[in-house]
Amino acid sequence: MNTIALVGNPNSGKTTLFNALTGSNQHVGNWPGVTVEKKEGQLKFNGNIYNIVDLPGTYSLGAYSEDEVVARDFIIKGNPDVVINVVDATNIERNLYLTTQLMEMGTKVIIALNMMDEAKSKNIDIDIEKLSQNLGIPVIPTIAAKKKGIDSLIQKAVEFINEDIYNYDPISYGENIDKEIHDIRILLKGSSREYPNNWIAIKALEGDKEVLNKLKSNELVNQHLISLADKASEYELEIVDRRYNFIGNIIHSSVNRPTESRETLTDKIDKIVTNKYLGIPIFAIIMFVSFQLTFVIGSDLLGGYVEGWIENLGGWLSGILLTLNTPDWLLSFLIDGVVGGVGAVVVFVPLIAVLYFFLGILEDTGYMARAAYVMDGLMRALGLHGKTFISMIVGFGCNVPGIMSTRTLENKKDRMIALLINPFMSCGARFPIYLVFISAFFADNGGIVLFLIYGLGIIVALVMGKIFSKTLFKGESSHFIMELPPYRLPSFRSVIRDMWDKVWDFLQRAGTIIFIVVTLLWILSIFPLGVEPYSQESLLGKIGTIIAPIFAPAGFGTWQASVSLFAGIAAKEAVVAVLGMVYGGASEGRELISAIQQAFTPLAAISFLVMTLLYTPCAAVLATVKKETNSIGWTVFMAVYPFIIGWVGAVFVYQVGSILGL
Amino acid sequence: MEDKAMVFLKRNEFGKIKEINGCEDVKKRLFELGLRRGAGVRILKNDIGPLILNVSGCKMALGRGLARNIILSI
Repeated sequence: MNTIALVGNPNSGKTTLFNALTGSNQHVGNWPGVTVEKKEGQLKFNGNIYNIVDLPGTYSLGAYSEDEVVARDFIIKGNPDVVINVVDATNIERNLYLTTQLMEMGTKVIIALNMMDEAKSKNIDIDIEKLSQNLGIPVIPTIAAKKKGIDSLIQKAVEFINEDIYNYDPISYGENIDKEIHDIRILLKGSSREYPNNWIAIKALEGDKEVLNKLKSNELVNQHLISLADKASEYELEIVDRRYNFIGNIIHSSVNRPTESRETLTDKIDKIVTNKYLGIPIFAIIMFVSFQLTFVIGSDLLGGYVEGWIENLGGWLSGILLTLNTPDWLLSFLIDGVVGGVGAVVVFVPLIAVLYFFLGILEDTGYMARAAYVMDGLMRALGLHGKTFISMIVGFGCNVPGIMSTRTLENKKDRMIALLINPFMSCGARFPIYLVFISAFFADNGGIVLFLIYGLGIIVALVMGKIFSKTLFKGESSHFIMELPPYRLPSFRSVIRDMWDKVWDFLQRAGTIIFIVVTLLWILSIFPLGVEPYSQESLLGKIGTIIAPIFAPAGFGTWQASVSLFAGIAAKEAVVAVLGMVYGGASEGRELISAIQQAFTPLAAISFLVMTLLYTPCAAVLATVKKETNSIGWTVFMAVYPFIIGWVGAVFVYQVGSILGL
Repeated sequence: MEDKAMVFLKRNEFGKIKEINGCEDVKKRLFELGLRRGAGVRILKNDIGPLILNVSGCKMALGRGLARNIILSI
């Protein structure tokens, strides 16, 4: 099967084109060893099937970010049969910069000149024939969002697969650099052929860290590079300049762009949403409304249905199992353990789906970039990057996607901090815990208590961020550079598709890791055999009894509270469920509330809430941290340090409160 | 012709990038994003927080620290 790769700048419409090419035949995975998303899909054309790979959106193919390395490694080592370079017609100059690097790699490339409609409305006049001639690369005009030009693009790509040559001339970088490239190529002769020598030579002169690393073993080349001394940094920028000169010459005769562009609708909207007084309030309102709608639609409207289905499923299953004379232990495992446990997590699917839907719309319209912009000032004062706030917002829904969204932070330091502080953002799964305790003790001031809990989470996150940036991750926070793409109407289909990808990811997690943890908890609750399940005599109860003294200084040193916190590490939803079980099979309604009123003092309740807000994140989050950092050390750190902070916080609240006589 | 750091330009002022100070990595990144020597820049917003500018038809937000190091000729 032939492979076609898509490369292009962020916001060039690459993903829209990918969707137009592959329809629903696509799946999302990860590039091996890195956290960069890998999208693949299939295209059927004239009875043949082509594999389409959507490479990460990048401005360049250097070693600046994981994305760039993934993209260029695939182009060189993945041997795509043809590369489609998506170029934003409204911004040809900068987009062609990526093209020049494809040419340096000797890639078989065709250009999809996308967003032709927007270029037209901006009065940008492009002579496609001439542009193609000047570049030596076929250029096909497209409007991916309206599915225009797709067929001719496919036609050309397929034709190109069977052609063996490319028609473009090498770019000249001026006499000196051209000579250096030539010299290094000679020195490289005979060494590994993993990468084209010409490209290696250019990248070495550009000071590309990855390539220099690979050249370490090559004495000759190293000596030569060292002999360049301070000329090296001169060359580095000279090469970039020369690429732009090359582009300048090409578009000079083929692209005519009006010099004075009038104020666009995007500019008008930006004047309001990035305004120094209005920016943050508008952002706050948008987020507030999104969350409100998420809870109303996801929890109140749809959540009930899912809960009902799961109950029905449980009833239906136990009915069948009973007629089959299933032993009691298996029955209890399947109904209480599997259906009840995994079900407790699946109930959150509508909430997550709706949250993703709204976040997807904010992302697709281009507003998220503005949100990062307005928050940057505040975050910078704390040594954090503006984009950190976006991941925190996402964390309010669920910390798993919150942590995944830290991928947009290019700098390792910024990303690690954003990742480590994310679990302090109180996720949806912790919400039921607050509700139960609020109705037990603070029914009259529920709103204020909720506000204080969420606020405390944000404050702890920001304080920890500040501490991390001063200790573990010293150094400058990376500079704020971000493109503010024009506002666009979101594509309903692509928002839904993205949402579905993420929900599916969540379901898989629920189906595997949460299933395992739930099973373990259930086993602990019935052993040793013969004890009352979920009693103090069960293993689970004994574990609780052992842990309990740790929480005595925080005012909730009971085995029941301990065991619910223990279960909460599996999934936060389990805290309330376990409290329900251990307090004499109380269901989650009034009985549980009165049981809690007897077991906790109001002060201990506050202390317990502080603990549940801050302590060790759930197993799904820890699994995500492992996946994202690829480090057991950081995963353990993520399990331990929030626990310490939660414990210290809870003890502080309880002790100070006791002294004050609360 | 007068040289000024980008951060001192007001809204709607226009200039051409003359040079960028700072370490090579940052410089190169800015170049790659289209903020290169000779590029024309129009300031769209410069009050608090990062600046917003238009570089050859593309809207960018740029931290003040960076804008201090970009010298424009006006």
